[in-house]
Amino acid sequence: MMSMKNMNKIREAARDPHGYAESYKTRTHKKIVGYFCSYAPEEIIWAAGALPLRIFSRKSGIHLADRHLQSYCCSLVRGALEDALSGALKFLDGVVFPHTCDSIQRLSDIWRLNVPYGFHTDVVLPVKLNTDSAREYMVKVLKAFRVELEQKLDVKITDDALRASMDLYGKLRGLLGRTYEIRSQNPDAISGSDVYSIMKAAIIMDRQELLTLLDEGVKELVEQKKSAGAAVCRKRVVLSGGICDFPDVYPMIEEAGGAVVWDDLCMGTRTFAGDYAAKEDPIEAIAGRYLERIVCPAKHSGLTSRADHLVKMVRERDAQGVIILLLKFCDPHAFDYPYLKNALDKEGVPNMLLEVEDQLPPDGQLRTRFEAFLEMLQRR
Amino acid sequence: MAEEMKIADPEKEKRKIKSVKQMKDIMTTYYIDAKTAGQTGKKVAWITSGGPVEPLIVMDVIPVYPENHGAMIGASRMGIGLYEKAESMGYASDLCSYACTDIACATVNGGPIGGLPKPDMLVCCNNICGTVLKWYEIQARYFNVPLFILDTPFCHTRYSPDIQKYVRRQIGEYIHFLEEHCGKPFDYDRMQEVGKLSVTGQRLWQEVLDTTMHRPAPMSAFDAFFHLALIVTLRGTREAVDYYRLLLAEMKQRIADGIGAVPNEKYRLLWDNLPVWYRTKWLSEKFAAHNACLVADTYTSAWCGSLKYVDENNFLETMAECYTRIYLNIGVDEMAKTVMEMVDKYDVDGIVMHSNRSCKPYSLGQYDIQRIVEQQKGIPSLMIEADMTDERKFSESQIETRIDAFMEVLQEKKK
Repeated sequence: MMSMKNMNKIREAARDPHGYAESYKTRTHKKIVGYFCSYAPEEIIWAAGALPLRIFSRKSGIHLADRHLQSYCCSLVRGALEDALSGALKFLDGVVFPHTCDSIQRLSDIWRLNVPYGFHTDVVLPVKLNTDSAREYMVKVLKAFRVELEQKLDVKITDDALRASMDLYGKLRGLLGRTYEIRSQNPDAISGSDVYSIMKAAIIMDRQELLTLLDEGVKELVEQKKSAGAAVCRKRVVLSGGICDFPDVYPMIEEAGGAVVWDDLCMGTRTFAGDYAAKEDPIEAIAGRYLERIVCPAKHSGLTSRADHLVKMVRERDAQGVIILLLKFCDPHAFDYPYLKNALDKEGVPNMLLEVEDQLPPDGQLRTRFEAFLEMLQRR
Repeated sequence: MAEEMKIADPEKEKRKIKSVKQMKDIMTTYYIDAKTAGQTGKKVAWITSGGPVEPLIVMDVIPVYPENHGAMIGASRMGIGLYEKAESMGYASDLCSYACTDIACATVNGGPIGGLPKPDMLVCCNNICGTVLKWYEIQARYFNVPLFILDTPFCHTRYSPDIQKYVRRQIGEYIHFLEEHCGKPFDYDRMQEVGKLSVTGQRLWQEVLDTTMHRPAPMSAFDAFFHLALIVTLRGTREAVDYYRLLLAEMKQRIADGIGAVPNEKYRLLWDNLPVWYRTKWLSEKFAAHNACLVADTYTSAWCGSLKYVDENNFLETMAECYTRIYLNIGVDEMAKTVMEMVDKYDVDGIVMHSNRSCKPYSLGQYDIQRIVEQQKGIPSLMIEADMTDERKFSESQIETRIDAFMEVLQEKKK
């Protein structure tokens, strides 16, 4: 286990991102830029001297957002607007909207028209990523974003600062990947909820501080592995979906005799997957990573890339089953579900759908479902 | 409602639009051509409603519109069965009902015309929503045919040279895609002609819609929902141009004869969002009973809203901008501006907004548009919660009560 001190800091940031952001600001006097989606070019924001903070939203108590968004809009978008309108996100110096789904797209407009604090900007990236013209456009959009951010934050973003930022992110992603590898080798080395906290902290915390904490933590995990006895035999599961801001699912799966050994989440592997392109220009290098990385369902890079990727992941990680997490009213993921399910069925990989509205289904019911699903998986 | 039905027949006959028959004939011929494409050796492309159809016409490919099919399924009230089929395939019950019914229909050849002809290729333009991307990916896998995606970046606050260059490059890729899959070179001279026909058709459609500036309006938005089919499906053809000339002449004649769509037009309303396809007649009669005519709408006008960006002599060069800056691909504030321009142009007393569960890019933001227009124009509006083809999401008694209450507000205002 990682040392308690390090892990506690990470858990605390993941538990209360707003509290973390406020104290970070008081402590450092640095700027904070909020963002949505794993396609936000974080390295550019960091290079501008600001903390990129992914916006998570409250899951209940939505009143102010009801004046702007219908009930058939997902809880993530409604909750984020509620936090913005109530002033809970007042610590933000600005917000960046990368183009993702239809709901986030309209949230951007509504935010721009109704939230009085902080700058607002759209980063309208291409939707298809597998053509030369899309590549060219992606680079231009990111370059334009760099210039815009310089103006909004009144700073100069030098190539050196960008390279330093890329270096930091490269190291951080390497450590996140290492953590995943260690868990995959021995799911008892680190709990699912701690991995969740680390992944959430990776899109919230001071990245330099997290890098230090994680660097020590991973070394401890490696040391501990050397002295550890035989691993407990757990049913190995892959979790697939968008964001999974429900830490409770991990202990529930673990208590039912399983473990999440890998994932296909945007606050999971999509955060650290992919390498920079070997380009002289830092922006082109950053763009290259987005173009090659496994896509989110709101983007296109081929007709079967997501299913192929998921099946490959299951095989590589020696997983016995897949839990597909679906947030109600999330169109891109909901449209992909039957196709992912069919691909898994065809390969004989058991899978279950976990539909979530704003809260998880009742505890007892969910435990029973996990138990039944894990029971079905073959022991290895 | 039963009392209104008893209105003398000759009076009703007089109000019927005579061109309807020709329109039905054209659409029947079009669907027969499309359904028999296999025998005639023509290729069929499925294309999104906001997609660039003109290059398909140039290549003699028959364009088929799953969304138009969705509207037909809704209007013939066959949506529920297909929707349930989609749900059994694993599609969530809150997804776009056009997409779900089409995806289901492809597997069972159901619906009012026994399914659409099988596509040889798919053309998806995401200027209307992100849903079409997922929908066309699904169909490309199902039919195992090539898919072309025209990616039109969303213009929240601006259209940039970068966007222009990106979309223009893709139009070149689109032509290359067509050449490859049709096995013949693209005829650029013919493109000039088709481009001109497209622009002429759009201008005529705008003129038809503009006849409702007259009091009483010779047609209503409910008529426009019907007559829209050609500017969507046959844009860029001579048939569409000829038909809209005929329809325009009939509308002008109705104006000359003093024939209005609604017998005693007193209130003029603007409709926002897609129609409620399975209830257009009911809604039309409901409003007519209050002497209200829906004189304009943001939906049917979307097929001519880009005319300001077009150069008919240079169609290929300007089509990138035309297809990118359409009504649904712009920010909420620019949409509100468009609505306010329509309020002035058509001298509208109130707005009826259909909060359409199937269409997030159209519906999310409506509350803000509503507020902006109310504040700046002092015009009341009514929000109807429904769905374009899923009847299960339409509550008649609730909507009836809300319409009655809204009309009372308008009456008070007009006193």
